[in-house]
Parts: sequence; structure tokens; C-alpha cells
Amino acid sequence: MEIKKPTIKSIPYEEFKNNEYLEDMVKQLNENGANVWMGCMDDLINWGRSNSLWPLTFATSCCGIEFMAVGAARYDFARFGFEVARASPRQADMIMVAGTITHKMAPVLKRLYDQMADPKYVIAVGGCAISGGPFKKSYHVLNGVDKILPVDVYIPGCPPRPEALLYGMMQLQRKVKLEKFFGGVNRKEEKK
Amino acid sequence: MITIEPEKIHKALSDLRAEGYDFLRSLTGMDWGEEGLGVVYHLEKTTTGENKVIKTITANRENPELPSVCDLWKAAEFNEREAYDFFGIHFIGHPDMRRLYLREDWVGHPFRKDYDDSLNPLRMTNEEPDDVTHHYEELPDGSVIEKRDVLFDEDEYIINIGPQHPATHGVLRFRVSLEGEIIKKLDVHCGYIHRGVEKMCESLTYPQTLALTDRLDYLGAHQNRHALCMCIEKAMGIEVSDRVQYIRTIMDELQRIDSHLLFFSCLCMDLGALTAFFYGFRDREKILDIFEATTGGRLIQNYNTIGGVQYDIAPDFVQKVKEFIAYLRPMLKEYHEVFTGNVIAHGRLDGVGILSREDAISFGATGGTGRASGWACDVRKRHPYAMYGKVDFKEIVRTEGDCFARYMVRMEEILESMHIIEQLIDNIPEGPFQEKTKAIIKVPEGSYYAAVEGSRGEFGVFLESRGDKHPYRLKFRSTGLPLVSIMETVCRGAKIADLIAIGGTVDYVVPDIDR
Amino acid sequence: MFDFSIVTQWIHSLLTSFLPEEVAVFIECLAIGVCILLAYAIIAIIMIFMERKVCAAFQCRLGPMRVGPWGTIQVFADVFKMLIKEIIAIRHSDKFLYNLAPYIVILASIMAFSCLPFSKGMEVLDFNVGIFFLTAASSIGVVGILLAGWSSNNKYSLIGAMRSGAQMISYELSMGLSLLTIIVLTDTMQLSEIVERQADGWFIFKGHIPAFIAFVIYLIAGNAEVNRGPFDLPEAESELTAGYHTEYSGMHFGLFYVAEFVNLFIIAGVAATIFLGGWMPLHINGLDGFNTVMDYIPGFVWFFGKAFFVVWILMWFKWTFPRLRIDQILTLEWKYLVPIGLLNLLLMVIIVVFDLHF
Repeated sequence: MEIKKPTIKSIPYEEFKNNEYLEDMVKQLNENGANVWMGCMDDLINWGRSNSLWPLTFATSCCGIEFMAVGAARYDFARFGFEVARASPRQADMIMVAGTITHKMAPVLKRLYDQMADPKYVIAVGGCAISGGPFKKSYHVLNGVDKILPVDVYIPGCPPRPEALLYGMMQLQRKVKLEKFFGGVNRKEEKK
Repeated sequence: MITIEPEKIHKALSDLRAEGYDFLRSLTGMDWGEEGLGVVYHLEKTTTGENKVIKTITANRENPELPSVCDLWKAAEFNEREAYDFFGIHFIGHPDMRRLYLREDWVGHPFRKDYDDSLNPLRMTNEEPDDVTHHYEELPDGSVIEKRDVLFDEDEYIINIGPQHPATHGVLRFRVSLEGEIIKKLDVHCGYIHRGVEKMCESLTYPQTLALTDRLDYLGAHQNRHALCMCIEKAMGIEVSDRVQYIRTIMDELQRIDSHLLFFSCLCMDLGALTAFFYGFRDREKILDIFEATTGGRLIQNYNTIGGVQYDIAPDFVQKVKEFIAYLRPMLKEYHEVFTGNVIAHGRLDGVGILSREDAISFGATGGTGRASGWACDVRKRHPYAMYGKVDFKEIVRTEGDCFARYMVRMEEILESMHIIEQLIDNIPEGPFQEKTKAIIKVPEGSYYAAVEGSRGEFGVFLESRGDKHPYRLKFRSTGLPLVSIMETVCRGAKIADLIAIGGTVDYVVPDIDR
Repeated sequence: MFDFSIVTQWIHSLLTSFLPEEVAVFIECLAIGVCILLAYAIIAIIMIFMERKVCAAFQCRLGPMRVGPWGTIQVFADVFKMLIKEIIAIRHSDKFLYNLAPYIVILASIMAFSCLPFSKGMEVLDFNVGIFFLTAASSIGVVGILLAGWSSNNKYSLIGAMRSGAQMISYELSMGLSLLTIIVLTDTMQLSEIVERQADGWFIFKGHIPAFIAFVIYLIAGNAEVNRGPFDLPEAESELTAGYHTEYSGMHFGLFYVAEFVNLFIIAGVAATIFLGGWMPLHINGLDGFNTVMDYIPGFVWFFGKAFFVVWILMWFKWTFPRLRIDQILTLEWKYLVPIGLLNLLLMVIIVVFDLHF
């Protein structure tokens, strides 16, 4: 059976950027084909996973306030089923690294990530988490959280607007829809 | 600025303390290169508002030692640990000479001019909790010895709150020793978001440094930047137009309302009343809309510049602000109905976490926290700046010093802020929104201090310039650091649930503590 | 009113017509077990969805909207995800107890759930000490919670478990007292019988003042029993991250999560049965036409209507009030609710003895 392009309800496919990357993933998945039964199960699982991404309540600085704003009345990420923010990493599905990660925080963040149960996703929110942002040259700031964690989605901004956060979350949903649980493994970590 | 020898400094400072200088505004570690390392003390008499700046310097760079002033002002405790962390100055007589921000295994002291960054790569090993500390004691013969102290015994039940914890408002960490649910001891660990802003400023030009102040206390972004702009303008002798003063004042007050609304929301969330959290955020969005229309930024506005503001106000600014104020008054009533009048809220806040007036002054806990303890510490009244000298507003002071007082002070301050805005909004004078400045800004040699009333206390900027286009040393008087330092005093004997309530009402913002 | 026992009798006679009695009963037991589990799951899903929508409505939000029309199948997505989420084994934990704890909680919850009379003749466990069994079964849950906190080797969990132990055992008392008040009025503990006695008026009306006080105490104690706000100390999010289930992931956490919601429903269901007449329609003496119309509405609609009304009230509590502190919770129970409950019981006895009720 053929794996389709990931879509989001009532938003045209073309509205999203970075589609080529996802299309590559679709092609990769379609290369060996998939058993219909397994494919259907995968679709179901991916549907469940992508619509139920519970974030970890984690924020280090400014972006955290915008993260709270996304949860609040005007932007309301509960519409997507994201609102069950869990304070315990064991129960969370994704970590939104919202804010600067310093050298002292880096091992703690890594530990938090390790404590999360699979499947787990990482979103780097804001300039600081992506590259160090305005604090790039500081002696105590990690230049990009992707140095210690595998990042799925980057949301640039300083801090990003709530709309950007929602867009980033939808991008993550689309990415989650392109996974195999039963029919093999994709997105293998590259061997170093 | 008076310079005093290190041998005489303690005597001189205790004389000043006896004279009535009871508020240590700021304690700044300094590296004067060849001359050596030292400390600058900013003192104030709370009774008269007189200020004194004292400086002391020690030529010994290898093993700099200065007497601690912890016994005079409790505020010195954390500030001296900071100076030790950044400059390696040992304070003799300080009870707890650990690093405040950096890891214990950090090599060197980053704020020294001869610091080598290559010695400190990213360490991914977990930090071991240290249950012992050390202090330096001077023996009668003049030699200094190091002594070890135990912070927590082995059989104590210690729980770790933070750095990732929903109630610490960021990445602050408390280690709490419990007896059942009662807190016996509390040890604060800062530095999880220490970004080295002050050090970075030393290599940035003045306009570049402005961007970093917004990100310190992001709920007082506008006020922080106001302080730095004011300091640089004072140093360079730039007079900003009345229009700018009006705009800055209005923006400061809007920012204060924004911050206090967020305070309300977060306190309610911490106490478990989630619905009130959403109400606060709903109304906060309206302020952000006003900010966005004029400045282009929601949370971080980057609006003040040296000599003015970035853009003129949006055409519908005046109307929007008026609409907002008309909208907010009934909403505040709703907040009081939802939360303030609630019997459980009273039970959680009344009489919990009492901070006495003396402690508030000694710790330098300014802002709503200090005013709730009966200390009239509003910079807007003490040292009026911008338009504050010309508008009529009441300084909210309560005497209880408990969580409820801290909460009510902030809720009433929202009303005062609206009152200030109402007086200004209709008569913003015409004029330039930006003074012409030189392309390269060089601040004349000297040291300058400017302070504003931030959303949660006195935010001060201490600038030492050597006439370059970079500051030689830029120190921000954090509003949050004194607030965190009172936690141990206030929380002792309280319950864990009270720790959350106290943390919520003290209202610190962690990046501002760590800088 | 349609009696569901006709259906069950018919099935029984059908099965016994070609099977020996024992086998038939065994098959019936299996079928009922499956039905109970199914009903349990459906109730849980409805409750979770309701919670999310109700709290969204209180908070000026929309709640789940994107998954299915009006977000109706949002919870199914959560279930699918939860089922295949990794279950982490914790080092230095008591493996056996750690894995056992969620099942104890869910078992206690299912046992209590099976006691509820959903409609006329639609009771699973119905015997002469029904209420007694129900309170006994539901309080097993606290053992699961204590075990969860103890075996996780986590200080937050332990504090959460201790809090919940203290809280749940205390509140069991005033819950029992308020139930006892009604039992004095009915002189039966059998749930179906209690409902039957309310044919001429619900107990909250019949027992007037003491019944109403008992109802209020029951709601407060019941809310505390299921660890929901303002009594959600054991999992106080802002204090103990997630309380006793901090270390649980995947479906083990899911079981706690589901049990919490169904327990809420059980509390509401019991309140509906005992105070609001269970599946008994609203009858007003003298208005025969009205009463006949009311009788046409099937019993389970009445039951679920009442139960969800009580659930809604409890959710309203949760989303309005701040959280209490542990000492305040115990003060409330031991200094106020228990004495009031005892006096109320006395008052009810007096009323019953002198026949002052309706």
C-alpha cells in the first residue's frame, strides 16, 4: 500500500513550507512497499500519536511565556489535543525546549530527555535553543540544543509568536505521521 | 565614589550601617586590571534616600581576599557569592563560599579580564549535589584558613525541587530538607539559566547591549531597557524630549500591568486554580496587542533606544490604551470574585511566609515584596525619573508582609498603573521620538548608576566606562536575586505547599536572577 | 418502566435450554464481565472528553476541536498513543509492587463500578449489603496508590502517596457517615432496594434537611476521595510534579488516569442513586399526566442524566477552587465534616424515629 503525503485537517498542503523533506521521507517509506494490514495499523498508530502529543512543562526563559500563551485562551493548543501538559517527563511525548540552554542546564536537559518514554520528540523553540541566539558568544550558553538532543522541528523567533509555535507543532504532527511502527523502521539514526 | 583600603573597609561600612545606611542597593565585583580586583558598594539610607558609593580594591590577583559584609546587610550573602563566582574574590567571614551560578567544577572565574574560556568545554556529566560548603576565617595572627561546613546531614530527607518543576517559574532549583511536610532547611541553586549577559556586554557596543536587557526579565523588558538607556543618556548628557518621556512612562506602566497580570495568572495556577490562570492570560493578550501595534514585538519589544524610542507610537495607540483600561477595570473585579474572595485562597495566603520589614530592607527585597512588608521602596517615588515626578499616584504599602499582602499589593498596583496612564495618555506632547546621536556612541569615562522601578523591584544599571565604545563593566542590579535570597528565611518552618505559594507571591523571574 | 431483568431472564432461559446450568452461568459471567469492561472504557472516554470540554468552556477556550467533529474522537487518539507508549522499568524500584499498583487501583474501581444500578433490573452486583461492599471495594484503591508511591523509589511519589493515604482514609469516614444517614432513612443497604424506595420521592426531598446536609458532605468527601481539585494534593501538579504516579509511563499511567475519571463517575453515580433516586424518574404527587410522561423516559437515561449532572458540579468545583493544603484538608475533615456528619446522623435518627420525613 502506498503511504500518502501528510496532511493537516482544513489546511492546504501547499501552505506548509519544507514539504520536500517530508516528501523524501514518503519516498523512502514507499521504496520497499508495505503490507496492507501493517500499513493500516501504522496509519492508525500514527494518527493516534500525531493527535495526542502531550508536551512536557519545560521552559527556561522568554519562550516559555509564549508557550504558556499558546496554551491560554486566545491560541488554545487544546484544539489540537496538546493541552495535557505533563509535569513528569515519563508521561510526556514531546519536549519543547523553550529558551536558552546553558552549560549547567545541558546535562539536566539530557537527563530529562532520557527520562521520557518512547516515542519522544523534541522541538527547539526560539533562537537560543536553535543556535544560542543572541547569547551565542557567551561562555556559558550551549550553541544549539541539537548538539545534545535529536531535534525534530525548529521554530525560529526571539521569541516565536504563538502562531509560529502552532505551526511548528503541526509540522511535528506531519512528521509523526510518517513513521513505521509495525512495517519496519525508518528514520534510523545515522551511524557515526 | 569613595575608595577605602580593604583593611579599613569593614570598619568604614559598619560605621555607615550604624549611621543609617540600611539598604545595600548593589554589590558589584570589579576587575580593574592592573590595579587589582575589588568591590563597589551602593548604599542608601531608607529614611532620607541619601546614597553613597564606596569602592574597595585589593592588588592581589592571585588570592584576592576582602572582608565580608554579610553581618551588616543580608543582601551581601548572595551578592558576595556572585562576586566570588565571577572574580574569585574570597570574602572572609562569609558563611557559605560556594559558587552561585557556575558549576563547582568550573575552571577559573569568567569575569576576570584574563579568563581563558578554552578550559571550560561543555560538561555533560551530572552535577553531584554537594552537601558541604566552606568558609574562610581570619585567625588572630592575620592568616586565613578554610573551614568546611555541613549543609545537609546524611539522614535528612532532602527533596529536590527544580530545575524542571512547574512551580519554580523557570529553572531555579531548591534543595529542601523536610520533616514530614515541614521545611527545615532550604538551599537555593541558581545558574541554570546564567547566560553571562554582563560579560557579553563588555564586548558589545552600547546599542548592541540594549538588546540583551530585554531578555533578562522578560516581563519587565521595557523597564529594563529604560534603565540602561537612562544610564547611558545620563552619562552622555543626552536630554530626551518630553514626548519620549511620556511614551516611556506609559509603556513602563503597561508593562507593569502585563507583568502583574501574569503574576496573578501564575500564582493562581500554582495554587491550583487553573481557570483564573486563563482569565489573566486572556486579558494580558490585549496589552500585547497594544505593544505589538507600536513596537512590533509581543513579549520582547526592543523599543527604547539611546536618546528616544525606536518608532513613533501607532496611530491608534491612544485609543487602544483607553479602551483597554476601560476593559480591565471590570475584569479586575472578576479576578477578585474568582480568586481573592475565595476562602481557600485566603487560607493558603493569609499569614504564610511572613517577611519582616527589617529583613526586607536588609535583604534588599524591593518591589511588591518589600512594599508588602511595609517598606516604601518604590524607585518611582524615591528617585523620580521620566514622568513619575509629575503624575499623581499612590505608593501601595502594606504592613502584614505575608503572601496575601504581596498578592494584594500587586493587584492594587495595577489600578495605580492605570491611574498613571490615564493622566498621561491624553496629553502626549508633540516632538521628536528620537534624539540625534552619533553613529558610534562612546560614553565618557566614569561610573554611572541608574535605576528604574521594574515590575518586581528596583532594576539598576551600574556602568563603568573607560571612554570606549564598549562598556568596561556593566552590572545589572537584578530584581530577582534578593527575592530568591529571602526564600530560606521565609520558608523555614513552612510546608511544601507554602513554598509554592511563597514562590508565587514573591514573583521572581529566573533569567533575571541568573543574568 | 421497562424492567431490564426480562432481558436477562430471557437470555438465561435461552442458555439453560441447551446447556447445563453451570456452563450457562459461566458464559453469562463472561458476557457480563466483557460488558462491564466495555462500559467502563466507554464511560472513561466520555468522562475524559467531558472534562476537557467542560474545563475549556470555563476557561474561555474551545477544547479539542481538530480530531473528529468537535474533537469527539480526540480521546481515542490518546488511547492509541498510550497503548503503544513505552513502559519504563525503574531501577531500584520494587518491580513487583510497582507493576501491581495500577492494577489494584483499576480493579478497585471496576468492582465499585459494577455495583451501580444503571436501570431497573440492570444491576451486576446487587445484594443486601450493596453499599457496604461498594465503600469497601472503592477504598481498596488507596492501597494501590500507596504501593505506587512506595515502590517508585521517588520522593515526590512517596509524599504524594502519604498525602493521599491520609486524605482518602480520613474522608472515607465522612463519606460513610453521610451514606449511613440515608441508610437510616431507608433501613436497607441493597442498592436496588434503595432506588425502589424512592419511587414516591427522591431521598434528598424525602429526608429534607439532614438528607441535604448529607448530600453536601457526600459531595465534598467524594471529591476528596477521588483526589480531585480542590483536594488534588496527592498529584498536586505544581508541588509534586505528578504525585504518586510521577514515575509511571505509558499504559500504567493510563490506568491511573482512567481510574481517576471513572472513580469520579462512580462517586457521582452513587450520589445519584442514593440521593437523587437513581434511575427513578421525577414524580410529583398529584400530577399524574406529568408522572406518566416522565415514566416514558427510560431508566438509564435518568441515571446517566443525574450522574453526569453531579459530575458536572464536581468539575465546576475543580476548575474554580484553588488547592487546599494538607493540614487544611485534615482540619476540614476532622474538625468540621466528621462532627457535622455525626450530628446530622443523630438528626436523621430523630427524624426517622418521630416519623418527621415525607
